[in-house]
Order: sequence, then C-alpha cells, then structure tokens
Amino acid sequence: MTDRKIPAPSVSPENKAFFDAAAQGKLLIKKCNSCNEYHHYPRSLCPFCFSDKTEWRDAKGTGTIYTYSVLRRGVPVPYCIAYVTLEEGVSMLTNIVDCDLDKVRIGQKVTVTFKPTDGGPPVPMFKPA
Amino acid sequence: MSIKGKAYLVGAFEHPTRKAENKSVAQLHAEVAKGALEDAGLTKQDVDGYFCAGDAPGLGPLSMVDYLGLKVRHLDSTDTGGTSYLIHVAHAAQAIALGKCNVALITLAGRPRSEGHSGTQPRVWGANMPDAPFEAPYGVVTTNSYAMVAMRHMHEFGTTSEQLAWIKVAASHHAQHNPNAMLREVVTVKDVLDSPMVADPLHRMDCCVVSDGGGALIVAKPEIAKKLKRPLVRLLGAGESGKGQAGGKLTLTTSGAAWSGAAAFAEAGVKPADVKYVSIYDSFTITVLVQLEDLGFCKKGEGGKFVADGNLISGSGRLPFNTDGGGLCNNHPANRGGMTKVIEAVRQLRGEAHPKVQVKNCGLALAQGTGGQLGTRHGSATLIMERE
Repeated sequence: MTDRKIPAPSVSPENKAFFDAAAQGKLLIKKCNSCNEYHHYPRSLCPFCFSDKTEWRDAKGTGTIYTYSVLRRGVPVPYCIAYVTLEEGVSMLTNIVDCDLDKVRIGQKVTVTFKPTDGGPPVPMFKPA
Repeated sequence: MSIKGKAYLVGAFEHPTRKAENKSVAQLHAEVAKGALEDAGLTKQDVDGYFCAGDAPGLGPLSMVDYLGLKVRHLDSTDTGGTSYLIHVAHAAQAIALGKCNVALITLAGRPRSEGHSGTQPRVWGANMPDAPFEAPYGVVTTNSYAMVAMRHMHEFGTTSEQLAWIKVAASHHAQHNPNAMLREVVTVKDVLDSPMVADPLHRMDCCVVSDGGGALIVAKPEIAKKLKRPLVRLLGAGESGKGQAGGKLTLTTSGAAWSGAAAFAEAGVKPADVKYVSIYDSFTITVLVQLEDLGFCKKGEGGKFVADGNLISGSGRLPFNTDGGGLCNNHPANRGGMTKVIEAVRQLRGEAHPKVQVKNCGLALAQGTGGQLGTRHGSATLIMERE
C-alpha cells in the first residue's frame, strides 16, 4: 500500500519523455547508441562516453532488489525505499509497494507498477513478481 | 606540486553550544572565527583567505566577509556537504603554497536543532537538480539512504547489527569525558540493538545527533605557524573525490574514501599502519565502517570484525577514533560533521584531547569526511596531519 503522499517529480525538457511514458504505464530507460550502455537516471549525454546519441528504449519492467530499507520512524506510514537492478543491468531508486514490507529481501524478483503522485505524473515503483 | 609541509593547522575552535535558540547563524560563524583566531594567537587582520560552504548564510563568502569585516585576497566556497571543511583545509594549503594567501580562515555553523531538522525528513538541496525527479518521489531521506548501504553491506559481507553497534559504543566511551557532548552516557551493544528501529537495519543509536553549533580552523604558511606559541600541526597529504550512482552501475558498499584516501596516503608518504588516531565522519555507524575499509585500515568486507570488541576505544582498542564522541554522541553542527573531525585530530596531535582519551605519542593523525548521502551521491575528503 502507498498511503504516503508521493511528491510529484519536477518534469524538465530532458526527462519529459520518461514521465509521459509513465503516464501511459510504460517504463523507459536510456541507451547510448555509441557505447551501447544503458544508464539511469536518464541524461541527454551518455554519462559513460559523453555521446549525444542516447535514445529511449522500453524497459522490460522487471528486476531484482539490490538493496532496500523500510523507514519506520518520523513518518506517518512506513515505506520501503530500494534500488532495483533492472533486467537491462542498471539500478534505479524506487519504492517497493503492494506487499508486506517486513518480507522484502535483497535479491527478490520484482515487477514495475505505476503510482500516482501529488499533482504530477505517475512514477514507476515495484512489487513482488 | 604537493601540499606536503606547505601549510600548518594553527587554530581550531569548536563552539560549545549544542542548542543556539537565541543566536543567528552568522553570529555563530563569527563566534567560531573569533575562537579559532584566539586559539592560534592571530587577529582578524591577519586573515587574507576565507573559506565557507553551504551552511554560510546569504551569498556564502560574499555575505560572510562583509559580515565578519574581513579583507581577503582569496575566497573558496567549495560545497561537498559535511566534508567541505576537510576540502577547505586542502584548498587552503594549495592557495598558501601558491602564495595566494598566508592565513586562511574556515568557518562552519548552523542551527538545525533549533530549526527542527530531522534525519527522517527530505532535505532540499536546490532547484534544477538532475537527479531529484528520480529520487524525491520515493522519499529518500538521510536515514534510509545510509540504511540502504548498511543493508547491502550486511548482504555482501555478513556484517551484523552487533558489529555496527560497537562503533556507537566506542563513541560513547569517549563522549563520557566531554562535558559539551550531547550524549555522555556510556552505552552497550544491547542498548544500541534495543533502541528503536529507524530505517532497517539502522537503530536510533546508529544515527548521529542533530545539534546546533559550529567550528572554525586557521591554516597558515610555515613562516607564520612557527612564530606562534602553539604546538605545530603540519599538513602532509590530502585527497578529495565525488561518488554517486554511476549511471545506475551501483557499488554502494564502497565510498569515495577509496579514492580520496589513496590520494592522501600517497601524498603524505605514509600508510594506514602508521596512523595513531583517526577522526572518521560518523553520520551513522555504517558510515564509519565503510570508510575504515576504504581507507585501508582493514580489507573490504572486514570492517565489522575490525570495529567489534571495542577496537575503536582510546586506550584499549587498536585504532582510537572520534575521541570527542563524534557525531554519534558529541555534536553534528549544521548537519555537517567534517569540521569537528579536523578539530579533534588537531587536539590529538597537540596533546590537548581530554587526558582520558588522549592517544599517547600521537604523531600522525587522519581525518576523513563524507558529505551528501552515501546511498545516493557523496563527496569524500581525507587529510593526513603530523605533529612536528
């Protein structure tokens, strides 16, 4: 469950495609056509080779939990922050949702789901696969 | 060109306050500047270089040199979060070596306790942050960011909460002798494990305090340092680095200390085994453990064993650390702990730490800082200093 009010991401010309896709229920990831590396968070110039030949690709939307933590104090509702390593090989910061937070584990298989934000586009989160 | 031997730490002052409800941030900067100048035996008119970071109010160094009434010919406002002040010491030494200034003043101050800050609230680092849209919606705060590092370290290396707790236990043994420390009670491993879980796997006692206060340092060229009536603390080496998410290719269990430490040791021409005392930034217990590994005091993954059983306690442990009680027990002014790391290292090298925690024959010390968040992106800086 995500009772937490999720702050809206600040959309910029550089990241607009990502959040437009999220509104359609699609997870995009950037790939560089010069060095063939995926990266996240998305940039216009590849953070590895600095090429401007980066393009958006549809991510499979599945991955494994690299690490996580459930914040329990000082917040109205505990929530689980995590890095999920996508099938494409890069890790993204996210939340693990729609599950018993006490059972979240590193290495767990997860799949993307999109959650509404407070006045902005939805954002990708992950739930147990 | 090296900074080795080109500059001395001649003044150090830690503000005694831990809650400054009736003072302004600028006022605290001025009070620590005055304290450090008096400690060095210098006056405001001697200062010709000024260094501050993001805690300085207004337009940073411009607001502060005006407020403090300084006339300087060198300014630096490098901001790498809590480790900024270690970098300032290194940059001051560089400026001194190049003849750009002779006496550098570095100040830090803040009132997060009076202003109600907490490690479970998001921190705003400024507009147009490229990473923010991909982090802010998920509720990254200070505690859960570091907690993710601890969780991964436990997964990769079998590190335990008991081992992390020993870092807090050692800090509390030191803090009992510091009359200014916020938390002076000696605690046990059980106390740490019994304290409330804040962000799995970090308990409340794995977290540093939130305090008001500040500190200042004076760095001077050798000719000036040698005319002052203070023990001589000479800078031998320094390193700095930044490390983040690497485009999504995460290595969260290694910090930028692996790079800044290697650079500092190379410049100083010493090795970890030579170091008698360390100040290690302790925003959380896990922060200490990761940095000790990355600096080479033990192998990667063996930090848990290294810190256990009181091995960081002065007098009995193999590597005394944070003898003022550190951020875990003493203070964490402006949510930035780098300044106080340098100050306690200077005290140790001068032989002016509390007698109960003073390291015998403390000729070589290291101060290590991280700033920002280990779980997302952080700066690292290492200083190696000797008693001359």
